[in-house]
Amino acid sequence: MSDFVMYEEEFRRVDEELRRLYQLANAKLVFLVDKNGQLIASAGDTHNIDTTALASLTAGNIAATGGIAKLLGQKEFSILFHEGDRDNIHISIVANKVILGVLFDQRSSLGIVRLRVKKSTAALTRIFHEMDRKALGENRGRAELSPFAEITDEDIDQLFK
Amino acid sequence: MSFINYSSREINCKIVYYGPGLCGKTTNLQFIYRKTSPQQKGKLISLATETERTLFFDFLPLALGDIKGFKVRFHLYTVPGQVFYAASRKLILKGVDGVVFVADSQIERTDANIESLEDLKINLADQGYELDRLPYTIQYNKRDLPNIVPVAELDRLLNPTKVPWFECVATQGMGVFETLKNIGKQVLKELKKHY
Ligand SMILES: Nc1nc2c(ncn2[C@@H]2O[C@H](COP(=O)(O)OP(=O)(O)OP(=O)(O)O)[C@@H](O)[C@H]2O)c(=O)[nH]1
Ligand SMILES: [Mg+2]
Repeated sequence: MSDFVMYEEEFRRVDEELRRLYQLANAKLVFLVDKNGQLIASAGDTHNIDTTALASLTAGNIAATGGIAKLLGQKEFSILFHEGDRDNIHISIVANKVILGVLFDQRSSLGIVRLRVKKSTAALTRIFHEMDRKALGENRGRAELSPFAEITDEDIDQLFK
Repeated sequence: MSFINYSSREINCKIVYYGPGLCGKTTNLQFIYRKTSPQQKGKLISLATETERTLFFDFLPLALGDIKGFKVRFHLYTVPGQVFYAASRKLILKGVDGVVFVADSQIERTDANIESLEDLKINLADQGYELDRLPYTIQYNKRDLPNIVPVAELDRLLNPTKVPWFECVATQGMGVFETLKNIGKQVLKELKKHY
């Protein structure tokens, strides 16, 4: 199983796309999570929101409905929508590998969010595909790039003092 | 599957606490949560039933410190131990970097331990993992109770490959951090090997 590695340049592009989506969808918060629940990036007001917990629960949500889909013998549900009394959340899968969440209230609408998510999904998919290609190509030169190349056992022990 | 972010300079690793129902998985996370400083930890999220049995998972993000300028974070998860939550357990194992098997030392839980370990192996295999090739630590919990199996016997039953193990009383915190440190180190050393 390969690790999920994100480099500066892709991160910037992902970040830019999330910002665009945040503005165009008139959202409260837009966030991207890997399927294991680790937050990749977000745009919007994260002041009163624990984004780490949000990421983990969102991935749990996708995992649970994915389990249901499997049980029913169909592909995973690629879009989930939860309507609340104040805020709503739209959750979708991008490039089969990451989860895009959009939190919005009455200043936006499901229609707008849907449309904008669709456009951003296409852009994000391109970025992630390029990332995969790059990861393949750079496999050999990886040792120099990795912070782990020169980590010693002492460094690790140090962390657990 | 660790997540390494070169932009925010973070490394995130996922550790799953596995074991039979009521063996003390959630108690481990609660103790860790209580004993770490606010800067180090996020919220402890527990998706539990009304009787405090884990329904889907517990989740605790923990920041340990830096290695070579990278922030190292562990995401600790527990699975629901009750037999009928098998489907959920499998989901939690996705992307796991290291496993802690929490065994219940009580004599009457011997079969439950063995079954849970089998269940772990099957669920890992379904995700394309092998327990023998993962960072893996065993914890013999509830050592404070009177009716317990001797550690040597537990080790014979549950630990054929001789992975590191710890005696523990999770309710009092004994052995909890020893277990966490051990699995954490194994995970980082494994990550290092990959590069
Ligand atoms: N005496 C004793 N009790 C313990 C110990 N560890 C946990 N317990 C108790 O065992 C019970 C179950 O603990 P949990 O941590 O909820 O168990 P769990 O493994 O999360 O259970 P599930 O969520 O159902 O899988 C609680 O009442 C704990 O207080 C221990 O070391 N000694
Ligand atoms: Mg529990």
